[in-house]
Amino acid sequence: MSTELTHEQITGGGKPVFFDFDEHDHPEGGSTMLGFWMYLMSDCLIFAVLFACYGVLGHGYGGGKGPKELFELPLVAFNTAMLLFSSLTYGIAMLTMEKGSVRQVQFWLVVTGLFGLTFLGVEMYEFSNLIAEGNGPSRSAFLSAFFTLVGTHGFHVTCGLIWLTTLVIQIGTHGLGQANRRRLQCLSMFWHFLDVIWIGVFTIVYLMGVLG
Amino acid sequence: MIRLPSPLRPAIAGLALLAPALLGGCSTVVLSPAGDVAQQQGDLVVIATLLMLIIIVPVMALIAFFAWRYRQANTDAPYSPEWHHSTALELVIWAVPLLIIICLGAVTWTSTHLLDPYRPIGRIDATRQVALNAKPIRVQVVALDWKWLFIYPDYGIATVNQLAAPIDQPIEFDLTSADVMNAFYIPDLAGMIYAMPSMTTKLHAVANKPGNYAGFSSNFSGDGFSYMKFRFLAGSQSDFDAWVARVRASGAMLDRATYLKVAKPSMNHAPTFYSGVAPGLFNAAANNCTKPGQVCMDAMMRADAGPHSGAHAEGHAKNDDAMKMSAMPMPGSGKPEVVEATKITAKNSAQSTARLAGAGLPMPGDRRTF
Amino acid sequence: MMPPMRDVHPVVSPLLGRLTLDALPLHELPVLLAFGGVTVGGLALLAIITYFKAWGWLWRDWFTSVDHKKIGIMYVILALVMFLRGFSDALMMRAQQAMAFGDNAGYLPPDHYNQIFTAHGVIMIFFVAMPLVVGLMNFVVPLQIGARDVSFPYLNNFSFWLTASGAIITMISLFVGNYARTGWLAMPPLSGMEASPDVGVDYYIWGLQIAGLGTLLSGVNLLATIVKMRAPGMTLFKMPIFVWTALCTNTLIVAAFPVLTAVLAILSLDRLLGMQFFTNGLGGNPMMYVNLIWIWGHPEVYILILPAFGIYSEVVATFSQKRLFGYTSMVYATIVITILAYLVWLHHFFTMGSGASVNSFFAITTMIISIPTGAKIFNWLFTMYHGRIRYELPMMWTVAFMLTFTIGGMTGVLLAVPPADFVLHNSLFLVAHFHNVIIGGTLFGMFAGINFWWPKAFGFKLDRVWGKRSFWLWVVGFWTAFAPLYVLGLMGVTRRLSHFDDASYQPYFIVAAIGAAMIAGGIGCMAIQFFVSIRDRNTERLRDLTGDPWDGRTLEWSTSSPPPDYNFAFTPIVYDNDAFWDMKTRGFERPTAGFKAIHMPKNAAAGVIIGLISVGFGFAMIWYIWWLAIASLVAMLGVSIWHSFNYKRDFHIPVEDVIRTEDERTRLLAAQKVVA
Repeated sequence: MSTELTHEQITGGGKPVFFDFDEHDHPEGGSTMLGFWMYLMSDCLIFAVLFACYGVLGHGYGGGKGPKELFELPLVAFNTAMLLFSSLTYGIAMLTMEKGSVRQVQFWLVVTGLFGLTFLGVEMYEFSNLIAEGNGPSRSAFLSAFFTLVGTHGFHVTCGLIWLTTLVIQIGTHGLGQANRRRLQCLSMFWHFLDVIWIGVFTIVYLMGVLG
Repeated sequence: MIRLPSPLRPAIAGLALLAPALLGGCSTVVLSPAGDVAQQQGDLVVIATLLMLIIIVPVMALIAFFAWRYRQANTDAPYSPEWHHSTALELVIWAVPLLIIICLGAVTWTSTHLLDPYRPIGRIDATRQVALNAKPIRVQVVALDWKWLFIYPDYGIATVNQLAAPIDQPIEFDLTSADVMNAFYIPDLAGMIYAMPSMTTKLHAVANKPGNYAGFSSNFSGDGFSYMKFRFLAGSQSDFDAWVARVRASGAMLDRATYLKVAKPSMNHAPTFYSGVAPGLFNAAANNCTKPGQVCMDAMMRADAGPHSGAHAEGHAKNDDAMKMSAMPMPGSGKPEVVEATKITAKNSAQSTARLAGAGLPMPGDRRTF
Repeated sequence: MMPPMRDVHPVVSPLLGRLTLDALPLHELPVLLAFGGVTVGGLALLAIITYFKAWGWLWRDWFTSVDHKKIGIMYVILALVMFLRGFSDALMMRAQQAMAFGDNAGYLPPDHYNQIFTAHGVIMIFFVAMPLVVGLMNFVVPLQIGARDVSFPYLNNFSFWLTASGAIITMISLFVGNYARTGWLAMPPLSGMEASPDVGVDYYIWGLQIAGLGTLLSGVNLLATIVKMRAPGMTLFKMPIFVWTALCTNTLIVAAFPVLTAVLAILSLDRLLGMQFFTNGLGGNPMMYVNLIWIWGHPEVYILILPAFGIYSEVVATFSQKRLFGYTSMVYATIVITILAYLVWLHHFFTMGSGASVNSFFAITTMIISIPTGAKIFNWLFTMYHGRIRYELPMMWTVAFMLTFTIGGMTGVLLAVPPADFVLHNSLFLVAHFHNVIIGGTLFGMFAGINFWWPKAFGFKLDRVWGKRSFWLWVVGFWTAFAPLYVLGLMGVTRRLSHFDDASYQPYFIVAAIGAAMIAGGIGCMAIQFFVSIRDRNTERLRDLTGDPWDGRTLEWSTSSPPPDYNFAFTPIVYDNDAFWDMKTRGFERPTAGFKAIHMPKNAAAGVIIGLISVGFGFAMIWYIWWLAIASLVAMLGVSIWHSFNYKRDFHIPVEDVIRTEDERTRLLAAQKVVA
């Protein structure tokens, strides 16, 4: 709103106008997108720290197993596909939002949620297998860093799913008004952000770990 | 490095810190220590202070002067409420600090490299160089809760809370800690350096004046921290030889079992002498494998870095001599304790410093980084 | 090979976790007395509130308020209350160090003393300096940019309650269990489960984790506010300097606090789940923690000092009755400091042995920071030059700051020279240095700010006589307390010691203790100053009806004191960086008609509710009371979702209310003119 006033607004009396007499209500949530971006960037820094820890500690196997023995690439590739599909379906949900169809938005959100749930389920399966075989997070610094990085991402997906569920209900009760559209956009940014983080995780932790 | 006349040094520093009265009668060991390394560091404190005073003194004088001159009651002083910019003045206020920092930066760069604790010292004091064939006194230091263990690998002796060295001879410390972070500091000898678990650091120093000096941990390490003190005895070569003989005469043995007993938390531990040391004790301490059954960090790291990743680490480690060390007979294991006290030449701790490199961090003393 | 098994947990009961009667300080008389005092005082306070039927008022007008001014004031009150705790710790340390020589072990056993210096550091930084800084930014920034509130008013309330919850958790440790005995950064392995199995470090982690989250959210909020909500015409280079410093500070908060969140979370994973991040074995690396915590910790130093620099800039221009010298270079200096703040963290541990080249790099980046900082000092200096300086209290604090901080800056650069740091690190010289810049820089700045903006917040000035007494006791007390520490540092005395052998140190410690006592006097005078001022608020001497008691230069002085809920009846239009000064010199006329209804955010209870539940959550995590942890987590989530179902978050202040408020101000201003 603050544009440079190169020419002073002058009243009849020759004095500049010092007040905005014709002000309209500021649209609510005018800063929401910017604020949410800032939040995402700060969240990104949390992941940066976890990636840094993984980078530094990721070779400390403590005499135990390393990525080559532990990771099942096909499973993780499947899981990556789940998350990528979920981003695609979220994109479709946003397109249907533009059309203003509550039913369709809800449908695509639910599909997104199911992909997300599958992702989480597979991740939990992977984690429980590792722990059952004695390769839990306390086994070595590598495994601590792995479980924390991947687990933090999983925690974010869980939060995203709770938020998504809430939004499905809220769209039902309150329609696709300004507030809900804004919320859908924020969750969209959040969901795609998690995708981007996951691509980093998949590349650095899994691909480079197994193939590198 | 400029060496100031010693009686002047405390006085200048006192002036420098605007507390001459406070400094009058006390002994500021940091500025007039008994060892050449600490002396150079102390001199640097004074030089840097003087360099900065070139700008600090005029600024403080101007603050006081302007604050007084432009007070509201003084209507004689000029008043120009809209004056707020002067390119020339701005240039000066950025350039003068910049110049000072350039000088100080140059001093910093050279002195940091010259006085790097990893760098063997080149001189005994301002006038004498270290002889080419001089062999340093080597001391391995282990920080324990809450006392200091000193191992002399070339003499096969060890002490707790008492350190000794002949004056005018380079001393080379290898440092580690048994469980938490500490810092090894003898203000009279040289600046401090951290002693850290599972890592080793190094310090080179020389004592120039005979005396009985204070040493302690200068990094908080828990409840016994205030009582984690030792004495550093500096004397002539014959004093030192006599001291070594006294340590040897103690007859006590620092085997693994004794070490674990000593390592238990205690405060105000009385100075203790050991005429023999279990071989590889320092390496075991630095690699976190003094207890029976522990795999040494270096063995573990070699296994982790091996071609088969870590899968067969245990197999590898078992063939490692580090593993053998930690598998030494312990009281309670049923076998009699047989530890030969020999004059050992401990393996250099290069292996354990590999841990720093493995952590993606620069190796101590690695001057290629940056 | 299995990782070494740990058996450090005592029995964890399903109902109470590891909480037992032993956790209560029933055998420690001083703590018991403090506990009794706090309980009696707290009950008395509750009784008074109940007697005056003030609960509804507190709840409606304060606890659930989304008004940035009230939230700012609550932050400052929180800081002042916590300051008393932090300062009591300081007095206890000074007393211990003044007496514990030779055979005299002093009155504090090491484990108690270690808790005290840890708590002192944590409380002073996180629960005194931070809330003061955030509180003043909250109060002042929207007013200075001509806005009616922050970008996310509800989030603002929530952030405050998270900070308050962190403070409450930290305070509980005084009476239930114990606090960390590790130093204020809780470095592992000392803070790991092996060396610190009790609840102390967990109190540390959860208190800071919750408060840190609040700070982070508040940083996002203020950043968005400054970017999005500025009045028309206020371009970046027409913002008041305080807003600039707030912009940079909040950038630092958003970019540094996530690191703290992550590193504390990792430390708690090490402790709770036996992970191996910062342990000695199985690949862990404690150095990683040291690096990470200082990657947050060094920017934190600038988070604390930059807003103070902003306050000094406003104060020195206002009371020199002159435009700030070198506005542009002041802005660039602030930006340079902001960027460099991320490139210097290693100077906190030169002695770790990183090698000469690494140390030199970080030494020189550190020294470079002194260049923009020096430029700032010169800018303030040349603002005074050819000025007409009125020595009101804020200006006195500013001059004291300039003289004090210059010394602190010099000793800081000295510590940045690695070989000098090898002999001064961890010494009392270092302790003197950082108190020199935090007290002489941040705290003096906050005092200047409180004295400066108090009349804006409450409509009356603070008493000068008691303010001056407080000022002199503080300044002289500060130097009496910390000059001896500089000397002791040069005598080779290191920090955190609870006992000494060398009797030659004792006179210095006694002088330092006298200094601390003088500061106590300064605090007392400040309390009296507040009391006297509130008592005499309606006298001619203190009352301010103009809204502009200091002949101010920026927009906050253009509205009434205290400002109405909506801050400005009409949003001001800005043409110059000293916007209000510009208005005054060009004869602006305050509009007295044509008012409209004003769109404002509604109060919300979710912030305070979630904040209080988070105390329960933190407590449960500290004591391993898992059912409570799960229950409070679910409750927090539930309240959040419940809050998100509230779609009516704003309302209009009716035009009649605006007219009534503005007419009252017109009347008061007219009455002022008649008197004058």
